[in-house]
Amino acid sequence: MDLKDPQLMRSIIMDHYQYPRNRRECHDHNCKSVHMNSESCIDDIMVFVKVDKGIIKDFCFTGQACTISTASTSILSELVKDKTLAEAKVIVDEYRKMVNLESFDSESLQEAVAFSNIGKQANRIKCALIGWDALSQIIAESEE
Amino acid sequence: MFDLDNIRENFPILKTQMSGQPLIYFDNAATTLKPLGVIREVERILSTQSVNIHRGDYQLSYEISNQYEEVRNTVAKFINAKSDEIVFTSGATEGLNFIAYGLEYLIEEGDVILTTHTDHASNLLPWFEVAKRKKAKIEYFKLTSEGRIDLTHLDKQIHSKVKVVTLVHVSNVLGYINPVKEIIELAHQKDICVVLDGAQSVAHLSIDVKELDVDFLAWSGHKMCSPTGIGVLYGKKAWLDKLRSIKLGGGANAVFDENGSYELKSSPARFEAGTPAIESTIALKAAIDFLSSIGMDQIHTYEMMLKDYFISKIQHFSHLKVYNLTTDTGIVIFNIDGIFAQDAAAYLSSKGIAVRAGNHCAKLIHHVIGVTETLRASFYLYNTVSEVDVLVETLKEITLEKCVDLYI
Repeated sequence: MDLKDPQLMRSIIMDHYQYPRNRRECHDHNCKSVHMNSESCIDDIMVFVKVDKGIIKDFCFTGQACTISTASTSILSELVKDKTLAEAKVIVDEYRKMVNLESFDSESLQEAVAFSNIGKQANRIKCALIGWDALSQIIAESEE
Repeated sequence: MFDLDNIRENFPILKTQMSGQPLIYFDNAATTLKPLGVIREVERILSTQSVNIHRGDYQLSYEISNQYEEVRNTVAKFINAKSDEIVFTSGATEGLNFIAYGLEYLIEEGDVILTTHTDHASNLLPWFEVAKRKKAKIEYFKLTSEGRIDLTHLDKQIHSKVKVVTLVHVSNVLGYINPVKEIIELAHQKDICVVLDGAQSVAHLSIDVKELDVDFLAWSGHKMCSPTGIGVLYGKKAWLDKLRSIKLGGGANAVFDENGSYELKSSPARFEAGTPAIESTIALKAAIDFLSSIGMDQIHTYEMMLKDYFISKIQHFSHLKVYNLTTDTGIVIFNIDGIFAQDAAAYLSSKGIAVRAGNHCAKLIHHVIGVTETLRASFYLYNTVSEVDVLVETLKEITLEKCVDLYI
């Protein structure tokens, strides 16, 4: 994916904002959920993750959030589906490096590279991380 | 006289930039900018008189104490109260907390505290806590479809179980001036105490507490051009004497002994424990003097003109929805189709325009307008028609693509 193609990056973000994937509730009682709201933004989302034998079987979310939060969480939901917790952790780690403007492996991030410049707007980094932080929290809990 | 050029000259921040554009500040309901008189007063005190008050043992302290107490007279005159009815607080939030917890001992099981869905967290949460502790009930005024207090059944709403009516004078979201005179009159016929959150009213309207006959009124200085950290709690003397102090300490007590017994000073001193925000308090006088020299009625008229102009320009935009077309003040809330409020605010920020996005701390407002997040533009005396034009033009051309492009 060409990180220097602004039209492509924009269309990825807009597509995931306007048609968010996996924006729904999870009623499965095996689902772990985390409520996230950011202090800097007015995002208020609920993330649901279903882990079965160390594999992420489902990732979905509900709530009101800005373009960056919604699109980044939507992209994440597709990226980690059917991944092992260890694989998901690698993806999340690479993404964190990217939003903090460190060097990162773009291969594993796929569409998430649309946020490669978000780090230049420091006040929106939290928006880009909201769903990813929720997943990190759930991964940490699952490892306990 | 309303001399806009002169007013703007008084606000040095208006010559600064945000995002490389001239700053256009439309977040006045959150806080207001500071005029030179206020800035200079803070500098003067910190440079030449930065000693504590009420330590009359030396000349400097005596002088600063006098200046501090003089502010009480200025504030009292500003709202037509008496000086001993003026308590200095850190802001409206502290004042409203003082009132709720200070009246808690009068609340009994089954009592009703009557408020509105448009109130701010600072007036609701202390009363929620008091209601929980005392097994009292919170009830809300019936609102019209527009979100105004429905006056048709006022007598039934202010019923015999109501102990306290506590409400916002001007809603920080809808901008409506609540019909407090009617409410106070009816409540007083039933001996019910009325508390007003004046955070959005005192800075924008001419207020006469005697004429309103209100029992308590709390507001913040920073929303009326003073520094942060200073607010005012007005209480009728009889009510202040009934109000318990929830913040005890130095300056508030007359005597105490090792057995734990103590006696507090009389009000207002017994509410003012601890060293206050001295320079902010004295600068509040400069802020009030500044606003008074222009005239509160003139300020309100000017804000209404800006608001009318803004609404007349945007109300026909098909991609934009205004939720309070009939607002009584300079507060306008709206949303843009398909663009989350925070994203729109970020785009406006990139054009130098400061507006607020969110629920504005009035988290029950979705019961009234059906949405939780909105954009809010709030005008004050230093804003101009050409600034409004910039906002209108920016709102006209805003698209989701442009908002997203900020991050690519």
